[in-house]
Amino acid sequence: MSKRIEVKDLNVYYSKFLAVEDVSLTIEPRSVTAFIGPSGCGKSTFIRTLNRMHEVIPGARVEGEVLVDGDNLYGPGVDPVLVRRNIGMVFQRPNPFPTMSIRENVLAGVTLNNRRMPKSTADDLVEKSLQGANLWKEVKDRLDKPGSSLSGGQQQRLCIARAIAVEPDVLLMDEPCSALDPISTLAIEDLIEELKNEYTIVIVTHNMQQASRVSDRTAFFNIAGTGKPGKLIEYDDTNTIFTQPSVQATEDYVSGRFG
Amino acid sequence: MAQTETAPLQRSGPASGSGQGSKPGTGSGAMPNVYASGRLGKSVPWIVLGASLLVSIAIFALVQVASGGGFNVAGAVVLTGVLNGVAIYLTALLVEGGRQAKDRLVTTLVSSAFIIALAPLVSLFITVLSRGTARFDVQLFTESMRNVVGEGGGALHAIVGTLIMTGIAALISVPIGLLTSIYLVEYGRGALARAITFFVDVMTGIPSIVAGLFAYALFAIFFGPGIRLGIAGAVALSVLMIPVVVRSSEEMLRLVPNELREAAFALGVPKWLTILKVVLPTSIAGITTGVMLAIARVIGETAPLLVAAGFTANMNYNPFDGRMQSLPVFVYSSYVSQGTDAQAYLDRAWAAALTLILIVMALNLIARLVARAFSPKLGR
Repeated sequence: MSKRIEVKDLNVYYSKFLAVEDVSLTIEPRSVTAFIGPSGCGKSTFIRTLNRMHEVIPGARVEGEVLVDGDNLYGPGVDPVLVRRNIGMVFQRPNPFPTMSIRENVLAGVTLNNRRMPKSTADDLVEKSLQGANLWKEVKDRLDKPGSSLSGGQQQRLCIARAIAVEPDVLLMDEPCSALDPISTLAIEDLIEELKNEYTIVIVTHNMQQASRVSDRTAFFNIAGTGKPGKLIEYDDTNTIFTQPSVQATEDYVSGRFG
Repeated sequence: MAQTETAPLQRSGPASGSGQGSKPGTGSGAMPNVYASGRLGKSVPWIVLGASLLVSIAIFALVQVASGGGFNVAGAVVLTGVLNGVAIYLTALLVEGGRQAKDRLVTTLVSSAFIIALAPLVSLFITVLSRGTARFDVQLFTESMRNVVGEGGGALHAIVGTLIMTGIAALISVPIGLLTSIYLVEYGRGALARAITFFVDVMTGIPSIVAGLFAYALFAIFFGPGIRLGIAGAVALSVLMIPVVVRSSEEMLRLVPNELREAAFALGVPKWLTILKVVLPTSIAGITTGVMLAIARVIGETAPLLVAAGFTANMNYNPFDGRMQSLPVFVYSSYVSQGTDAQAYLDRAWAAALTLILIVMALNLIARLVARAFSPKLGR
């Protein structure tokens, strides 16, 4: 299920603009890795390169290697669709499909790919995924209601259920709690703690308490200034990053003495 | 400025029961609400309007008596509007202050503009309805004009022709237009997309008679000069319809949030399936409305059909053989070549015009229903 990600000398460009420069890091399976750093430093850009979602943005391209259990995502002949089937993603804003019910949203990964599945299997998958996302108890009596009828926090957990229903190896989360209230945030942090047992999780967050609460390892990104590329400054165990970082910029950032 | 702000507050004490129309909001008897005092009552604008109407009727009645002519309805209505605007502005200025007076004046102006815009539409509908009902009978829908001179006859051949030709035009235009807009929104980058957008814009501006000549010239290549076919009319209509469909569905596809596409991509759904199963269902309501409006736009075209499909008095169900009549052309030819019994031809023309309007209204109604049935549901 869960896989190791190795990133080697990765540069990300938007057309000619170098957005992220020379990132190398290794993400262990069954762990939570947090990316922190100021806005615009390339965290979101970088996390999107881990499942080739950056290609949706016109002009974005990548140099370097991303190895998932040894397979290069940027090797010749790699199908980005297959990559994304194995590396799921949850976005900043909850984005359930408005035309679909809660149940259809969970099954979207199956039905949108034109795969058929007996009703009993589908029912089991819906229940398992929603329970995995801590949402089953709240919605089990209204699975046929539209997904957009849920609250923001529930919608985000629905999106997580939808992502884990396709049983990916890796789950990428791009600021999954930034649009949510503290209680929904807590629900999702608990969920990340549970999901860690089965998936490799990478999470981008602006909330340093969140990074220190949920992650095993933390990567700090920074930029030298506007128009300069974002860089990986320090990558270490979360405890080390938050207590005795080796780089001054990291210490300034995590202690709030930035700039 | 200071006066306008303090005036209501000063007035609030003694004026609470003095017929200003300002009722104390909740607690009757106790302190009146200072934010609700000094306002004109809800009925005041209507009273002012009624008074303006009475005054202007009186003035024009006097004019009528003095000059001995007919009563000038249009003049009375215009004078009512002017008087009402002036009166409500002055009333509000005296009671409520400058800001509210401007608000009331602009409200009056906007309402008047709405009525002026609506007047031609209502007038047109009433005219068509009153003159069209004379021959709006069963015969109109069951007979053609074959061997009819003078009274009798019907527009069935024109109704059938309009439905066939518009239907074929829609069958040609909707797939081409929809696929073009999908290309422009989802795939198109660079010079080709810009060129397509440019030519679609150019096509939007083609005069309809040119579209008719184009279709005629196209079919004349294969069938020789003088050819007139239903299918040629349909091709002419689709030339006019394609740019409208492209434009409207392009707008609708662009309204689909990118997050939904990303959500589907992140689930490992290929791009074509994302478009087919996420983007199109999300925007289907708007696309349907756009297609229906495009149909309504071309169903009343006369010139291209006159050139490409010709006119005839006979039934013709086959768009690939012979001339085909349509409702607008039927109206036109009945009107220009009135026979021995002119009134019969005019009655038929009005009845056909009424039929055309009803068909367009029915299409719009269907579009609304379809849009409501397909649109994303937000029920809780």
